[in-house]
Amino acid sequence: MRKIFDFHGGIHPPENKHQSLGEPIRDAGIPPQLVIPLSQHIGAPSTPIVAVGDRVLKGQVIADANGFVSVSQHAPSSGTVAAIEERAIPHPSGFYAPCIVIDCDGQDEWLPHRGVENFEGESPGDLLELIREAGIAGMGGAGFPSAVKLREKPGATVDTLIINGTECEPYITADDALMRERAADIVAGADILRHIVGPQATLIGVEDNKPEGILALQAAAEGTGIEIVVFPTKYPSGGEKQLIEILTGRQVPSGGLPADVGIVCQNVGTAVAVYEAVVLGKPLISRVTTVTGEAVARAGNFQVLLGTPMQYLLDLAGFEPGRNQRLIMGGPMMGFTLTDTAVPVVKTSNCLLAPSPAELPAPPPAQACIRCGLCAEACPASLLPQQLFWFARGKEYEKLEQHNLFDCIECGACSWACPSNIPLVQYYRASKAEILQQRRDHEKSEQSRIRFEARQERLAREEAEKEAKRAARKKAAEQRAQQAAAADASEAEVDPIQAAIERAKAKKAAQQQAAGSENEQEKLEKAVTSVRKRLDTATGKLEQAKAEGSDLVDALQTGVDKTRTKLEAAEKALADYLAQAGKAPSAEETPATPPTMSAAEAAIEKAKAARAAEAELSPEEKARKQLESLRTRLAKSEKRLQEGREAGEEDKIVNALEATVERLKEKVSALESELSEAENG
Amino acid sequence: MALLRVTSPHAHGPMSTPRVMQQVLLATLPGIAVLTHFFGFGTLVNIVWGGLLAVAFEALALKLRGRELGIYLRDCSALVTAVLLGIAMPPYSPWWLIGVGMASAILLAKHLYGGLGYNPFNPAMVGYVVLLISFPVQMTSWEAPRGIGEVPGLLDALRACFTPGAFDGVTAATPLDVLKQNNSLLVDNLWASQPVFGRWGGLGWEWANIAFLAGGAWLLYRRIFTWHAPLAFLAVLALMAALFYDGGSSASGGSPLFHLLSGATMFGAFFIVTDPVTSAVSVRGRLVYGALAGLLVYLIRVWGNYPDAVAFAVLIMNFAAPFIDHYTQPRTYGHRKPQRSGGDE
Repeated sequence: MRKIFDFHGGIHPPENKHQSLGEPIRDAGIPPQLVIPLSQHIGAPSTPIVAVGDRVLKGQVIADANGFVSVSQHAPSSGTVAAIEERAIPHPSGFYAPCIVIDCDGQDEWLPHRGVENFEGESPGDLLELIREAGIAGMGGAGFPSAVKLREKPGATVDTLIINGTECEPYITADDALMRERAADIVAGADILRHIVGPQATLIGVEDNKPEGILALQAAAEGTGIEIVVFPTKYPSGGEKQLIEILTGRQVPSGGLPADVGIVCQNVGTAVAVYEAVVLGKPLISRVTTVTGEAVARAGNFQVLLGTPMQYLLDLAGFEPGRNQRLIMGGPMMGFTLTDTAVPVVKTSNCLLAPSPAELPAPPPAQACIRCGLCAEACPASLLPQQLFWFARGKEYEKLEQHNLFDCIECGACSWACPSNIPLVQYYRASKAEILQQRRDHEKSEQSRIRFEARQERLAREEAEKEAKRAARKKAAEQRAQQAAAADASEAEVDPIQAAIERAKAKKAAQQQAAGSENEQEKLEKAVTSVRKRLDTATGKLEQAKAEGSDLVDALQTGVDKTRTKLEAAEKALADYLAQAGKAPSAEETPATPPTMSAAEAAIEKAKAARAAEAELSPEEKARKQLESLRTRLAKSEKRLQEGREAGEEDKIVNALEATVERLKEKVSALESELSEAENG
Repeated sequence: MALLRVTSPHAHGPMSTPRVMQQVLLATLPGIAVLTHFFGFGTLVNIVWGGLLAVAFEALALKLRGRELGIYLRDCSALVTAVLLGIAMPPYSPWWLIGVGMASAILLAKHLYGGLGYNPFNPAMVGYVVLLISFPVQMTSWEAPRGIGEVPGLLDALRACFTPGAFDGVTAATPLDVLKQNNSLLVDNLWASQPVFGRWGGLGWEWANIAFLAGGAWLLYRRIFTWHAPLAFLAVLALMAALFYDGGSSASGGSPLFHLLSGATMFGAFFIVTDPVTSAVSVRGRLVYGALAGLLVYLIRVWGNYPDAVAFAVLIMNFAAPFIDHYTQPRTYGHRKPQRSGGDE
């Protein structure tokens, strides 16, 4: 006999399970319309691969898994895709989300499917792929993709596989019904899971309030080595962490996964789904859902197609809504209320509870907390709910985290036990959301701070570099001046011989200077040509921008004006020098303007031609062309910026160029994403 | 069809704060009955008159604070305070003494701090200590129990309360008093010389203590509170008494049984130390809290200036409760060790 451990806290609410166990599982049949949400699991929503009007067969994939933590969706029955649109889904917030709507043709025509003949011959990886393709996500409530949960974690060896048949929430009997009627399938599914995980022990944990289910499981597991472990009924022993402690005495570390303590946990419903997927080749398209509560005439369990509207299911059970009707998906402890009966049954819908107002009365007004400690006695996570409540009211978020608010599993045991009717779980939920929001905000501001500081640093560095250059130039000039002064001074007080030597030296120096002045002239001429060239390009760009109607015109105009001033200055300097040197301005300078004009005209012509060519292209090609031209412009601007920086241009110009480059980059990326969208769509 | 939209949990347990309070009130009945039997109707008059005043003060305070009377008065917490203070006060107290006590308890100790759940000190004990310090004569004269003196009737009790000058009762020192004054006789001889000692813990007192123990046991069975604080309290008190019993010499502090069944021991253990609002919150915290309260009771009884000590011990421990909480935070599921709260480390 395996040793059973106890977990701290827990409560014993009225079980109310008999109401829905009077009859065997009923088949809910095929509703006229099925609504399949693309997100019935934790992780990325799946991507639709059918179009409106397509005929789909039962079991056909209609939406593909999108990424690692995702599963695919299948058509639960044959029919025609009527719409792919936002519909109300079962969610605490009453969300609308993308769904595939299928008008059923009632023929229930299967896509040909075949199971694996001998799963033991398959590798765990292949079986995991099969499970993933079958769209299986945890059916106990959270809906985490099973294949992800079963996958080997690096550095963690799993020694125990736990199949969760606890079903500790009051009212729900879906798993109980499965255990009674399909124990063999559960055991077969557990066997497959065991093959995938390779544990030393495989346990099926069941609370002792399900004697029929236990007997059936024990009979089915005879000789398989799978152990049925029975333990006392207590809420919330079906919580994954609590069940792990009950069966193994181990605690999952805070913020960790069961795999960290060598355990993988799966629900009995998931085990059946795995069996059907692997052995029969059937994807997950239906589940057992309990419909119960005093507002339904015939409570019971239904084998129901995923996507079946709740209203259809409620009608089958004889639902008669009263005043202040509550409709809960899940149990009375952790379930959430639905605001619309049109929402579909999804992979995680284990129960639909329609209580009468007398059965689950509206909560009375909360009274003062008397710190009686009944909540701390009930808490399965060994928290101090009364202290958390105190801090939550005072918005003391730091204290809340120190008191391990995030280890709260929101089981509701504290609220249930509270004599003052304080909605404790609501306080914790709100505080958790608040803290998470604060963390996000903090992260954001931290990022912008880092960005800002980096920018400040870069600007300071550039400024320092410039300053250093300026200082070096100044120093060089001063040195030259000093040398000249020294030479003058030395001339005044030398003896004749020395003077003669000096004279000779001076002569030599003069010759050298003459040679230098040649260089000087060359330099000035070069400056003129380079500035002119730049003016040409800038003007060309400006014209092109004007032709395109770009918003860069202003910036470019300033650039052109500046360059022109510079050109004038350079020309003037050259002219001055030449005049000083006694030379006439060279002839090559006269045609300065015409080439500029022609360059600009050519640019305009080119731009016009490009526009005309563009006009004939398809929008996509146009966009691509535009992207190309933008990229060229970007490269040019970047080069120009680089040059400007190297040449030690004025800050204003460099900044203007930087801005231009930024804008071009933005345009390029916008266009790129547009293009990719256009291509994908 | 409009569906109700509420968040989980949707089910609620059977317990409610008014019911907790009512059960505490019920559990005091055996003790009150025994006190009435041995000391006459004085305690009952204390409780009835005190209860009326307490509810009136509570209503006044709620009105001044702008709270809704109905829901807050219905929690019965003022009545519990009144009954506990009424039991603790000497029978045949004059009306004004009870009035001052109730005003201190309800207005000063409770509502000045924000009402039920927010008071750091036990209101009944604050009321008691205010009276004990301000009116020591009235607060230390206990009627002689049945068997030593004549027990006054109901009419006498009412007269004692409302026309204090006209009532002339027979008072006698309590067993704790007598033992404290003793400095010449061996415990056994003292016992034989004074009929007030009764069999184990004092004539009348021993039965009152047993009755409060019974009431407390019933509350434990009803799971109104846990055993940790009261049991730690009684265990440490008994342990101290055993350590310093001294073989029954003239300097002895008295036997463990005497301490357990004398004075306000059981009343304190099950009705005062268990007050959830003012005690430590965690299981370990309540063990520490009860144990230290028991230690203090013995220290004050034997070496202090007052014959009994539950009120002082509890008030001192009320001070210490947040400190105890700080060091006794339980280990949360999935954590290696408890995380200490507060940024003051």
